[in-house]
Amino acid sequence: MFDSITLGQYYQTDSVLHRLDPRVKLVGTFVYLISLFVVDSYVGYIVAALFLAAMIFLSNVPFRYIVRGMKTIVFLLLITVCFNLFLTPGEVIWQAWIFKITKEGLTFAIKMAVRLSLLILGSSIMTLTTTPTQLTDALESLLRPLKKLHVPVHEISMMMSIALRFIPILMEETDKIMKAQIARGADFESKNLIKKIKSMVPLLVPLFISAFRRANDLAMAMEARCYRGGEGRTKMKPLVYKANDRIAYLVLLAFAVVCILTRIYF
Amino acid sequence: MGIKVDDISFLYERGTAMQVTALDHVSAEIPDNQFIGLIGHTGSGKSTFVQTLNGLLKVTSGHIYYNGEDIDGDKFDKKKLRSDVGLVFQYPEHQLFEVDVISDVMFGPRNLGLSDAEAKKRALEALESVRMPKSLYKSSPFDLSGGQKRRAAIAGVLAMRPKILILDEPTAGLDPKGRDEILGLIAGMKKELNMTIILVSHSMDDVARYVDRIMVMGGGKLLYDDEPVKVFRHVTELEELGLAAPQITYIMKLLKERGLDVSSDALTVEEAAAEIMAHRRELHV
Repeated sequence: MFDSITLGQYYQTDSVLHRLDPRVKLVGTFVYLISLFVVDSYVGYIVAALFLAAMIFLSNVPFRYIVRGMKTIVFLLLITVCFNLFLTPGEVIWQAWIFKITKEGLTFAIKMAVRLSLLILGSSIMTLTTTPTQLTDALESLLRPLKKLHVPVHEISMMMSIALRFIPILMEETDKIMKAQIARGADFESKNLIKKIKSMVPLLVPLFISAFRRANDLAMAMEARCYRGGEGRTKMKPLVYKANDRIAYLVLLAFAVVCILTRIYF
Repeated sequence: MGIKVDDISFLYERGTAMQVTALDHVSAEIPDNQFIGLIGHTGSGKSTFVQTLNGLLKVTSGHIYYNGEDIDGDKFDKKKLRSDVGLVFQYPEHQLFEVDVISDVMFGPRNLGLSDAEAKKRALEALESVRMPKSLYKSSPFDLSGGQKRRAAIAGVLAMRPKILILDEPTAGLDPKGRDEILGLIAGMKKELNMTIILVSHSMDDVARYVDRIMVMGGGKLLYDDEPVKVFRHVTELEELGLAAPQITYIMKLLKERGLDVSSDALTVEEAAAEIMAHRRELHV
């Protein structure tokens, strides 16, 4: 039932990007997202799109698989485009009844759509090539300096990895309960909004109960293995930068510089 | 009339790298009023198979006919099918959600569009059939014991008055006493309510005692489909599938190998005992 949600789900294969240190990918994504807001010209967007295309090529993830995940956000994209298209004041180029499109609105809507698509594709490249565990490891390692300010870095990353780990489990559980209730005649496909909300009760109650049960079991299992936070905890696979990671940082730096240059010259 | 399964296949994650063939050209007929055991190792496709039978999963190829009508046909009423073919999932107690047991059992009949009075009547009957103590009708389903929860969940499906009842591993996670209770209950329901029951299990001992017919699945294929006695003659092949014949069959086989001329077809301890007693003259004791 949830087969279609591929947005940001790890895709198992072997590629240069998959082998990179997760910290590089996290920083890289961050730099990419910021640079999307730095560039403000068509040239800049072309540079960003080319960079992304290169990353997609390097990731070895089938393009079709990535695009399939985009389907879920088409709606969001459409709303944003409509708002920008119709509600930006400026020089009117088309008008019908209360709707009018302005020249500024048109350029703004196009830029916004491109920017949003690149944003989402860019961040999904990271999650497609990095397992949730690697990602939280990277986060913990990058945020380590904050520990001096008494930020519970380890606890935050532990919570994140548990939350991420539970997404597929809960999705499977939802699917199972849904099927069980459909077998009892429940109707989840009703178009009537009130009926639709009502039909969620037989799904959500068992789901919450099972989530609490699982949380309880997990807490018990962690206790049983003497888990007591990050104090003095070591890793089986500590993160170490290799040659490829250094090259990746240089590429990133070059990209960021190019982005800033387009901002200045175009 | 029953269900006719004609050459169905089912693929998970079709068209991706993770494609798995869960059902591989399965054909079978499920007539009215028969007690069927569906046996297979984990991942043999038995759960997928039963989910296709009431239209929860749409087959990738092939057809399923219920009373002669194709269940994937345009005019076919799936809701009717789901009330006629009741499916009790693994760990059915996880689907309980209402404030008390009786309302939970009434959920199914209500979905069929019945009046509250009629739904209640059916719920009471169903709870009676699963031998639920009357004192528990008004308690929260979450306060029941494991075995009671399971019986309440089975009642929830039974209250829809299915003509075919499918139970997917109804004894999973229960202790031996709970297991015997549930199995005894199912056998009793079969006699009382005259319906077809399909009991999905990986344990031959569970099934052998009660059923008229055994279907064995392995690797998405239907490998054997026959009377229990005949199926258990393939002990070696069953063992290769990670299954086993009932323990008593092994004892009888050993006795036969040691020279006692008993039939090794006995499925229950009682049958075996009678068979041995009939041959006791040969036992020079």
